[in-house]
Amino acid sequence: MKRALVLLALAAIWAAGDCLAQPAAAGNAQGRPAGPPDNPPRTLAPYFTPATLAPKAPDADGFLQRWLLLEPINKPNRTNTVFTDSYVRNAFNTEYFPNQFTVVPHDGDKVKAGDQELTWHALDSTGFNVKLFRFAYGLNKTTYGVIFWAVTVVNSPREIQNSRMAVGVNGASIWWLNGKEAVDLFTDRRMKMDDCVSKRLTLNKGRNIIRGAVINGPGMSDFCVRFIDENGEPIKDITISLDGAGK
Amino acid sequence: MKSYVLAATIFLAAAVPALFAQAPALNGDPYIHDPSTIAFSDGKYFTFGTGGGGLISEDGWTWHGGAQRPGGGVAPDVIKIGDRYYMAYARGGGGMSGGHASNVYVMWTKSLDPNSPDFKFNDETVVASSDGVEDCDAIDPAFLLDPTTGRLWLSYGTYFGYIRMVELDPKTGKRLAGNQAVNVAIDMEATDLLFRDGWYYLLGTHGTCCDGANSTYNIRVGRSRNVLGPYVDDMGIPLLKGGGKLVAAASGRFVGLGHFGRMDLGDAVEKFSCHYEADLDRGGRSVLDIRPLLWKDGWPVGGDNFWGGTFEIQSERSGFALELAVEFVRMAGRGGGFGGGRGGRGGAPGAAPAAAPPAVQPIQSQRLYDVLQNWPAGNIDLRIGDYMMRPHQKWTITPVINAGGYPGSPYFKIQIADTDRTLAAAEGNEVVTVPSYTGAPEQLWRIDQLTDGTYRIMPKAVPNSTEPVALIAVGASTPTLAKFDPKSQKGRWTFRKP
Repeated sequence: MKRALVLLALAAIWAAGDCLAQPAAAGNAQGRPAGPPDNPPRTLAPYFTPATLAPKAPDADGFLQRWLLLEPINKPNRTNTVFTDSYVRNAFNTEYFPNQFTVVPHDGDKVKAGDQELTWHALDSTGFNVKLFRFAYGLNKTTYGVIFWAVTVVNSPREIQNSRMAVGVNGASIWWLNGKEAVDLFTDRRMKMDDCVSKRLTLNKGRNIIRGAVINGPGMSDFCVRFIDENGEPIKDITISLDGAGK
Repeated sequence: MKSYVLAATIFLAAAVPALFAQAPALNGDPYIHDPSTIAFSDGKYFTFGTGGGGLISEDGWTWHGGAQRPGGGVAPDVIKIGDRYYMAYARGGGGMSGGHASNVYVMWTKSLDPNSPDFKFNDETVVASSDGVEDCDAIDPAFLLDPTTGRLWLSYGTYFGYIRMVELDPKTGKRLAGNQAVNVAIDMEATDLLFRDGWYYLLGTHGTCCDGANSTYNIRVGRSRNVLGPYVDDMGIPLLKGGGKLVAAASGRFVGLGHFGRMDLGDAVEKFSCHYEADLDRGGRSVLDIRPLLWKDGWPVGGDNFWGGTFEIQSERSGFALELAVEFVRMAGRGGGFGGGRGGRGGAPGAAPAAAPPAVQPIQSQRLYDVLQNWPAGNIDLRIGDYMMRPHQKWTITPVINAGGYPGSPYFKIQIADTDRTLAAAEGNEVVTVPSYTGAPEQLWRIDQLTDGTYRIMPKAVPNSTEPVALIAVGASTPTLAKFDPKSQKGRWTFRKP
């Protein structure tokens, strides 16, 4: 669940509960809620490392861990329950920056989205999933009520017919393969591997561009993407290179 | 035999109110959010929720406020170990005001009843924390006392990162020195742990809470041979990658199931407590419910509370049906042969075509008033026989709302359909039907769904006896009342559409 901002109603219950509160029992010396260290330095570690120029294979389960991520575009939402099909389509059909459906950016490229100047980052995720919340948090950017754009380039040694793109996402999202919409995930979803899977599609021999957009209100946001073959097995003999966008 | 006045004894279907829709979520005022596992103390059932209060019930069916605990905070859990009730709860976190810094506390008391002199919480101590930055939110604790080792475990966490487990000292409730938390799942809430048949099960809630009728909360599960995981669902997806097999979700008028808590009542009766984010019949408020917990192929399945209807009551022992011991009345209409026509069993091969048979007409089912006048007026015994869709084999089962109950359900009356003839426990642990329902306790029945989906049927009382007994097929065709044996099919029954 995403409790952020939705527990206001419980405040009243808490207030009622407080009338039952008694002096803290013995042994409560540790009883102050834990908190972060003062002014903690924010970093993308341990969730991301910079992408390199060397081609990267998927992980053991076929998940794509190398992505170009754009710093979050502000799109305030106080709840995740508004992410109906039409809302998400309208949100992603809005042009936020030039060539948003065609660009294959490079690390450090900047775009203007409204009054925001945003930077693309070429990163390798250290986990099977790409933790967008940690990406935004680590860069001191807005974490809730945002849209993320992600791009990667998959190189296939052969044409692979009847493959499918399999996506899980915390938030709502749409994913495109080589400019064509492949997978959509509407409503407020939690991330589960292989949650939504494309219809059968063909991975071209050579270069394939994957693009995704994720919208989220309050709460964590992340995604995981892999390709599976006609038997449902992960496709692993591909590489990710970001068209030389790495460092 | 004495004839009935049919008009006086046949009930109109319209006289039965809309009873056979979904069972309500308990009786009384079961309003709560994030209920703890239900505990039994001082002869009463208790559950505690977010905020500090909780609910009390004398019988598990009718619930009211009145339970108390100190500390406020959110989402407690309770476990009894020895003579102590350990209670865990959290303060902070949960995303309130955007924060995820929280502590899980454990304290203990010897009674949960605020009227007991033993009601006093002691030794509150922090057993787990989150700093607000890390991938964890230390709320929603749940206990597991491992029956194989005696070790005490606590799971906690939310959608904000990982579900974690720590080990506590079962003698004190405090965290074991040097114990390190272990990640066992992602993006769940309100987790719970249980052990069954060599498997550890990690249950938790997926979806969105706290949005009333739009909440998508639903209960999921993974299992492991090791208490610390890896927990995997039935599709082989690790809970650390978002997996989780569905246990229970929205249905009927109930939206957003969360905060699973197991109730093992013994004799193959298991139930689970949960809250609904919104009970549409109660203005969308969050309420407690208790429902059957079934098991299928090694996985827990959330059942639905039985709420009556008209059924064949089939014995799992014989496959026969519970029926009145009355004269079997043959139906009108004769057999029409076995096919007829050329080549059929009704005609000789190669014979000349027979004359066209009469048009096929449906046969009316046997009706109550075709046979009722032949039934005795007083008590009628029971037997178990071939089910033939006859009036003496069709039973209408109706909840009796204000006559007490048991966890999750009220008692029921069981009557021959469209009559007032009522199943009753008789002295000497026998079973009969009586001509009229009086509301006497021996005419009220507890119906529990067993873990395999069949049902146990027990009288509320037997005249001059305090021994708990159930309806048993002591012979393939003979019912009686006797102690229920969960290893036997004799006491298991299935309700089938008549």
